[in-house]
Amino acid sequence: MAGAITNNSKSNSGIYAGSAHVLMLPSWLIIGFFLLIPVLLMLVYSFLTKEFRGGVIWEFSLDAYDQFFFYRGLFGDEPPVFEWTYVGIFWRSIWQAGAATIFCLIIGFPTAWFIAMRRGANKSVWLFLITIPYWVNLLIRTISMKFLIRDNGPLNEWLLWMGAINEPIHMINTNFAVQLGLFYSYLPFMVLPIYASVERYNFALSEAAADLYASHWETLRLIILPAVKPGIIAGCILVFVPSLGAFLAPDLLGGAKTFMIGSLIEEQFKGNAGNWPFGAAASMILLSMVLAMLTYYARQQSKEVS
Amino acid sequence: MATDVQVKDIAIDIRSVSKLFGDFVALDKVSLGIRDNEFFTLLGPSGCGKTTLLRTIAGFEDVSAGEIVLYGKDIASLPPNKRPVNTVFQQYALFPHMDVMQNVKFGLLRQGVDEVEATKRVSEVLELVQLNQFANRLPSQMSGGQQQRVALARALAPKPKVLLLDEPLSALDLKLRQAVRLELQQIQNETGITFVFVTHDQEEALTMSDRIAVINDGQVQQVGTAEEIYEAPKNKFVADFIGETNLIDVKVKSVSGGKASCILPGGAAINCSAADGAKAGDGHLSIRPERVALVSPTKGTFVGTVTRQIYLGTDMHVDVQLDDSETVKVRVQNSKVAKIPEIGTKAGLNFDSDAARLLVD
Ligand SMILES: Nc1ncnc2c1ncn2[C@@H]1O[C@H](COP(=O)(O)OP(=O)(O)OP(=O)(O)O)[C@@H](O)[C@H]1O
Ligand SMILES: [Mg+2]
Repeated sequence: MAGAITNNSKSNSGIYAGSAHVLMLPSWLIIGFFLLIPVLLMLVYSFLTKEFRGGVIWEFSLDAYDQFFFYRGLFGDEPPVFEWTYVGIFWRSIWQAGAATIFCLIIGFPTAWFIAMRRGANKSVWLFLITIPYWVNLLIRTISMKFLIRDNGPLNEWLLWMGAINEPIHMINTNFAVQLGLFYSYLPFMVLPIYASVERYNFALSEAAADLYASHWETLRLIILPAVKPGIIAGCILVFVPSLGAFLAPDLLGGAKTFMIGSLIEEQFKGNAGNWPFGAAASMILLSMVLAMLTYYARQQSKEVS
Repeated sequence: MATDVQVKDIAIDIRSVSKLFGDFVALDKVSLGIRDNEFFTLLGPSGCGKTTLLRTIAGFEDVSAGEIVLYGKDIASLPPNKRPVNTVFQQYALFPHMDVMQNVKFGLLRQGVDEVEATKRVSEVLELVQLNQFANRLPSQMSGGQQQRVALARALAPKPKVLLLDEPLSALDLKLRQAVRLELQQIQNETGITFVFVTHDQEEALTMSDRIAVINDGQVQQVGTAEEIYEAPKNKFVADFIGETNLIDVKVKSVSGGKASCILPGGAAINCSAADGAKAGDGHLSIRPERVALVSPTKGTFVGTVTRQIYLGTDMHVDVQLDDSETVKVRVQNSKVAKIPEIGTKAGLNFDSDAARLLVD
């Protein structure tokens, strides 16, 4: 499919190429201005020297990257030892984002499937319901979540009242709370692309599979999942990448033990205590990781097509 | 319908199957006995319920009432993957992410056939549909006709007892369709699988089938060989739907022993064959255009004016308007072109009494 589309656009490019470039110009300008320049700025900052009350001194230095990976003693004069703190935070972030992605997938896939199965107008209603939370600012939603799962919050009160538990479950400041926050923040990013690909799925294929003696499970695994895979992968990327850099959910719902990359970076730029070059360096490391992942994925895709 | 068939010969016995979609009756007490090794065709206009009937046999639709018995076993409650029946879908429904080999192998692997055995069987069926060199192509890289044959191979591979084909040729152009028709018949002969073939194309039905069931509005109108259905249509619908015919309103004087005597609109009496169940009173006579002869006005039983001539290649189609305003369609072979009277001139019409047939309304 993708191959056919590429071919098509290639054969058309002779006629449309000129006007297409003109039409793309505003987009290119916006992307260039608001995406590339800030990233370049960060890249430059990460190689500068820190100013003690925030900000930078325009002097080349590798200190930021050095600090990320190595410990050189309190005064910076000891031989370098590999430093686990920040790498550990990164590792935990990847783990958290991965888990959030899996939870979103487990809940998001059936949800998307359910919506795609509705008829006409019902579909739009369900999609609308999914997007409603997005009309409220993420900060406010995350704070509400915090109130909801507090030790004496409505959720615990309700469980106590139901008699399901004898004492409040401690949820706030745990991994569970962070997971819940990430899950709640990014679930629609999983649902919508999967919905789009299920919508396009040709259900005659399921009938054909059943006709050829496939059980429900085999039909799901061998026919449906490969067909909606692009949607699943898009959904996973759309959940994983922002979860990795998220700082609201870990800040508000998690404690010191659930500190994630996003919070680490945020802290470096906040108030007077920060370290801009270090924050920039951490951002660049995060960005390289994400880019490496996406490039790997794109490579795999193009391999499959050819 | 199935009473004239020995029970042991029946592959699929459909016993008063009804299917309702809400209030809408898609199948109305359909009873059919499809014989073993038979090329059986379901023929009818769009929306008459052909696909619905096929889908109930395959198990994609539950029946609202009735039984479907496959080789003596009631299968109405079995899910599709438990029925020894395979389908060639109208839109092929090939798995787009699998190559031809994997598509054809799919059913075999689900049945638990081992990889080596399955691969062997796949090349057998690909040989049968002449697609050996395409084993590693994706469906999207093949023409419509090739995809159709992949769909056929995929359905044949697990050696089903019955193969269901839902208008498998409708997406093909005329030349390809004719080629694939022959191929299908050949494959049916070679494999001995019972084919249930759906089409709304009467020519396809007449040329390919051992027997045909003509369906309209969810009801079986007539079951029989191509010849029986064409030469001895039972009712007005069948006579009109299969081939071209002249339907003439007549007064029926008497019916007995498959013969009837009727009064034509002009007042002339005629003896003709009668379908089972035809009654005295008002009735319809069917006369095929090619059974009507054009003669000079003085020699004709009927006389009329030629109003239209259509050149059809091998044949010529002529409309003759009788004096009492009925128009009779006549079909003559083009070798006799010289004798066809000009438009506007008088012409006589003759036909044998066995060319006319009294129908059930
Ligand atoms: N799922 C459904 N819900 C409601 N009505 C249906 C459904 N499926 C079929 N029908 C109706 O049942 C009737 C028979 O449909 P079916 O698809 O069997 O027709 P068909 O004979 O195969 O026609 P065609 O030659 O156009 O394919 C049609 O009037 C159709 O509208
Ligand atoms: Mg149909």
